[in-house]
Parts: sequence; C-alpha cells; structure tokens
Amino acid sequence: MDKLRKKRLLNNGIAIVLVIVLYVLLEILIRTELLNPIGFTSDFFKKMFINIILAVSLNLVTGFLGQLSLGHAGFMSVGAYTAALITIHADLPIYIEFPLALLAGGLMAVVFGLIVGIPCLRLKGDYLAILTLGFGEIIKVIMTNLKGLTNGASGLNAIPSYSKFGYVYFISILTVYIIYKFIKSRHGRAVISIRENEIAAESCGVNLTYYKLFAFLIASFFAGIAGGLYAHNIGYIAPKTFDYNYSIEILIMVVLGGMGSITGSVVAACALTIIPQLLKYMNLGQYQMLLYSIILIAIMLFRPYGLMGKYEFSLSKLLNKGKRASQGGTENE
Amino acid sequence: MDIFILQLINGLSLGSIYALVALGYSMVYGIVKLINFAHGDIIMVSCFTMYTAMEIAGLPLLVSIPLTLILTAVLGIIIEKLAYDRLISKGVERISLLITAIGVSIFLQSTFQLIFKADSLRYQAFLPSKTISLFGIEPSLKSVVTIIVSLVLMLALTLFVKLTKVGKAMRAASEDASAAKLMGINTSNVVAFTFAIGSLLAAVAGILYFESYPRIEPYMGGMLGLKAFVAAVIGGIGSIPGAMAGGLILGVAEAMTVSIGLSSYSDAVVFGILIIMLVLKPSGLFGKNIREKV
Repeated sequence: MDKLRKKRLLNNGIAIVLVIVLYVLLEILIRTELLNPIGFTSDFFKKMFINIILAVSLNLVTGFLGQLSLGHAGFMSVGAYTAALITIHADLPIYIEFPLALLAGGLMAVVFGLIVGIPCLRLKGDYLAILTLGFGEIIKVIMTNLKGLTNGASGLNAIPSYSKFGYVYFISILTVYIIYKFIKSRHGRAVISIRENEIAAESCGVNLTYYKLFAFLIASFFAGIAGGLYAHNIGYIAPKTFDYNYSIEILIMVVLGGMGSITGSVVAACALTIIPQLLKYMNLGQYQMLLYSIILIAIMLFRPYGLMGKYEFSLSKLLNKGKRASQGGTENE
Repeated sequence: MDIFILQLINGLSLGSIYALVALGYSMVYGIVKLINFAHGDIIMVSCFTMYTAMEIAGLPLLVSIPLTLILTAVLGIIIEKLAYDRLISKGVERISLLITAIGVSIFLQSTFQLIFKADSLRYQAFLPSKTISLFGIEPSLKSVVTIIVSLVLMLALTLFVKLTKVGKAMRAASEDASAAKLMGINTSNVVAFTFAIGSLLAAVAGILYFESYPRIEPYMGGMLGLKAFVAAVIGGIGSIPGAMAGGLILGVAEAMTVSIGLSSYSDAVVFGILIIMLVLKPSGLFGKNIREKV
C-alpha cells in the first residue's frame, strides 16, 4: 500500500517537473524570438494553448458523450465578451480583475449552455448539433445588435493584454488535468456509458439528461474561459471572430486527434495551430478550409476513430515500460 | 389588412422554398438517419451552375434550367456514393456520418470560394419583377410563381412516393432498412435515388430563391439549409407533409418578423421556434412518436 502511494507520488512529481520544464523551454523560445521569422511568436504559442483548452473541452461532448456540438466558438464568444467587458469597465488590480473576468466569462457560457442544452439534451438524436449550430449564428446576431454594450459589428478593442503566456499555459494544463480527472471519475464513466449505449446506461441507473447536461456545461465553461483568454491575448474581439468556421476548426482538432482521446486532442490542437501558420507563411492560407474538409472526410472514411483512437498517453505506463526494458524484459507482469 | 395578406404571401413564398429544401432533408433522414449538412450547399451549387450556364456559357434559359437540375441531381448521387455509401453500408456510428456531412459541406463551400473568387455574383433573373392583381390584392409575380411551382412539385412528390415502385421501396427502406434489404430491395440504390430527388428539389429551390434574392455567394447555402432543416424538424422529421407544413410556418414567421421591423432578429426567431417545438413536441407536428425497443 505504502509502496503504491510512493510510486504515485513519484509519478506525479515527475509529471509536475515535466510540465515546468516544458514551460521554461517554451518561455525561452518565446523570449529569444528564435522562431519569430516563420510566425511562431508568443501570440502563436498562446493561441496553441487556447486551442488545446477548446479541443479538450469539446472532446468531452463530442468524443466522450457522443453528441455533436457545432457552436463551441459561440460559447467562446460569450466568455470573451463577458470577460473583456469586465476588465475594460472595472478598475481593479490585474490579479483580482483577470481571474474574476475569466471566471465570469466561464459562468456566463454555462448560463447559455443551459439555455441551449436543456431543450435538446432531454431528447435522443442529433438535435444538439442543430441547436448549437443555430446558437453560434444567433450569438453573432445578438453581439452585433447590442450596440451599446458590445460596440456592434466593429467589436471591442483596447482590451488590456493580460493573457501572459504563463497564465495561458498553466490554465490550459489545469483544464486538461480537470477534464482528465473527470473522465476517470465515476461521473466520467457515466458519461462514457451514455456514448456506448443510451438504453443500457439508463437501465443501469444513469440519469441521461443530467449527465449529458453536466458534460455539456463543463465543456461550455472551459470554452468561456478560453474565450476570455483569447480576448486578452489579441486585445480585440468582434462578433465575426467566433464564427462557424472557428467551431469547425475546433471540431476538426477533436476528430483528427481521436474522439475519446484527450492526448489526441492535445496533439491535434498543436498540429492544427502549426499547419495554418505554415500555410500562411507559404502564402497558401486560402486553401486552409479546403484542406480541413478533405482531412475530415478522409479520416471518417479511412480511420473513423482519429489518429489516436481512444489511446491515452500515460506517464506511469511509460516509466514502467522503461524500467522493464532496463531490466532486460525478463519480468512478466 | 392588404399589407398583412401581402406579407403572408411573401412568407408563403419563402416558406415554400424552405419546404422544398426541407423535403430533401426529411427524406434522407427518414432512410439513413443522417442530417445531410451538405444539402444546403447543393442550393448554392445549383445557383452557381445556373450562373455558369447563363452568364459564362451563354446558354438560353430553356437549356440552362434542365441542365442545372440534371447536374445537381448527379452531384447528389456522386456525393452519396463517394462520401456516405461506404459509411452507411459499414453501419458506423451516427456521429461519423454527421461529421462526414459537415466535411462535404465545407468542401463544397471552399471549392466554390476558390473557383468563383468574387463576393457575390448574379445572372439575369428570368421572371419580370412586376405585380399581378389577384382578388383585389397585388402580390409580386415571383412569389406567386414560387408558391405554385413548389405546390406542384410537392404534390408530384407525394404521388410519386405513394404510387410508384421506387416510392414504395423508399417508404419500405425508411420504415426498416434492414428488413427492406431482406425483401430484395437494393437499399443502397434507394438511398442514392433519394439523394438525387432531394438534390433536384434543392436545385429548384435554389433557382426560385435566386429570383427573389438575386445574389450568389459560396456561403449562401449554410443558413438557408439550416432553416430548412429546422422546418423539417418542426413538421416532424421523415414526414413529407410535415416538411411542407414546417417550411410554410417558418417562412410566414420570418416574413412577419421582418414586417414588424425586427429583420436582424429573424434568424433568432427561427431557432426560437425550434426550441419551443423541441420542448413541447419533440417529434414534430406530423411526426410519429416511436418507442424504442431493446
């Protein structure tokens, strides 16, 4: 018992050290501006980690719950506007104002998630896809028309740039950790059972609507947080920033990485931030959506579970394997 | 009062376009349980085909229209065979089919965006924009023609599904695809045929839509298709009269929203109706409430 605990502690320690080492490496890369010529600036790295938050949270709905959501950017928009309005109008020090704004953005996204989720998650079928798609469009209309608050189509600018790379990095690591823990928990298993078979799950006592809504709201919350980070990174948001194409981009990250694999989402989010940047660098930016559509169709036809399938990267397994390999592979466990 | 009736006719005309598109969604959903997200983009393709035939190739109207209809129907079959057929016959999860449909939709949009770079194109509308007098009110010729053409097509479709052998096969496949297969119906061909009919109706809808809203752009199909799908859900998905009723209701609701000066919220009204419908009667107006058996 004690040995097991020690081992777990060691693994956690190694994980934390790795996270910090990666942070230091990336921070050095950003500070020294080594990759700036091809466009890998600090904005780029921040966008990458924001995309990780978005992809992992959407994977909870699409991969683990098995419901298609096409309005993830809409929740992001709600979070972005809420957070930006708070930091613009409130005059508080950054370390109070910024967390408060992000949290408020996340919670506002949850409120909208409730409005969208309750009518359609009670039902079987693909209603969530339709309603979230409509929601993404409506949010754009609302943000454009609430001119007094959101400055209409021209958008909000002069948002303070609070999103330092460190914040974005650690919030995204925290998001991945929380969602991973959720999946591994009792509740996470209930969510996965709904994906596998709704009827069987219901007959085992899983409250379908409750868990569907639960997963959907967690995803909305993190989308809202990501929106807040996004707004304070770019410093400018407009209703059309968070359009249908953005939602699709996030969906492609989930599908490419593997529906039901958090590792896959993280890898795909990085890849799909790097690829458009390289396309832009090579002046092929206009082919981005075409490329995405072909990726989507090809994956569904030839590898429906994405690149990673349901595989999860696990540090302890890797360490065990390394240990066994160093012992000559004689031990059979 | 006259203005009210005029708006009603405008709404019915818009609604009958929705209904034509909704029929395509509804029939496909009835058989393969797929929301064909690319269906809206078929409308866009038909408009661009008309543009190419009329403006670029300079063909006369009576050649352009049949050509557009045929090409669009063929496109529907090609999409079904290339993208969906493999997945449907493998029996994959529904979500994979949905994602493929989204992929096809973006593919069509971005391809046409790359080919026809311009933001919005137009060809010479063939119906004159004048009004006709009818029982003391004066609706525009375009909306009356739209309503009549749609009604005729819907009637023809209903008769087709009721009376012909292919129609019978379609009904059988939509009731129970695997049982239909056992009875010797080639369901794969039936699905392809359904896509062809759906695309044909969408092409007609596209041509009619252009007459009233003469702008062609690569993304025009998105919202139009989405609203048509909402119409199909409101009417009860899988039901042909339902799609018609849903389309007309939606069109009238939208026209009324515009006429009271809230035009920028008309999209929101459409989805508001959908939410209310899903809360009150999820199976739709004409839908059957089927119990799931284990």
